Amino acid sequence: MLLRRRDDLVCQQVVELVTDYLEGALSRSDRRRFDAHLRKCPNCTNYLAQMRATIRATGSLHQDDLTPEVRTELTELFRDWRDGGP
Amino acid sequence: METDGELLTRLRSGDEDAFVMLFGRYNGSLVRLARAYVPSDAVAEEAVQETWMGVVRGVDRFEGRSSFKTWLFRILVNRARTAGTREHRDLPLSDAEPAVNPSRFDSAGAWSEPLQSWADLDDRLVAATWSTSLNDALSDLPPRQREIVILRDVEGLTSGDVCDVLGLSEGNQRVLLHRGRSRLRSVLESELASRGR
Repeated sequence: MLLRRRDDLVCQQVVELVTDYLEGALSRSDRRRFDAHLRKCPNCTNYLAQMRATIRATGSLHQDDLTPEVRTELTELFRDWRDGGP
Repeated sequence: METDGELLTRLRSGDEDAFVMLFGRYNGSLVRLARAYVPSDAVAEEAVQETWMGVVRGVDRFEGRSSFKTWLFRILVNRARTAGTREHRDLPLSDAEPAVNPSRFDSAGAWSEPLQSWADLDDRLVAATWSTSLNDALSDLPPRQREIVILRDVEGLTSGDVCDVLGLSEGNQRVLLHRGRSRLRSVLESELASRGR
């Protein structure tokens, strides 16, 4: 049986450190422990990739397609506001 | 695609199309963000409309010290906080929900079942098929998490700008971002599982 070093991270800790890792907020030594864990743990490597995929998918939510009706309404609102109306 | 700065220059000279384009770009996020503060869609929409009016009337005063986005979201947050009746405060951080359900780990803290790889999923397909569940999941996040995920991950503001807009420390922002992102990941994971992949 392989003995775990005292400072090795376990998966349950890794999933709580993922955001600090992605944000570059881990200390240098914690980052080393994190990287060392990833090298031998395919599950946590998948987990990190899933988090990155989640962030990318969230980032694609922002486009709204405007209908022509809304465009017309907006143009009118814009004129009102610009000209100092209510 | 024109940058915000280019559209802003056109907006200053009274260009209606520039306004429509900025609206298309940001209105969805403004509404989602406003909903984190106020009790109803109607009140949220009012705050958003006031924000756009503030943009049109205040565009000459915008000095470009922050990005347009940061300026825009700051106006919205100020309006929405004024309109919001709900007390807008952090839950104690000790109420933390774990990123992953503890039942997924064995007694030594290792994954008890292999975790699926999403590497073969196409990002654009994922975004298209997941956008409804992601939108729902985003609306279900606690308000503080929701506003941060919207600003950081939907709108792509930097952590510094988000802290600035919301008046948060970097540390608190990261904790809330972590909870929000973790929750969204787990929603997408369940969504995939339910499709029997």
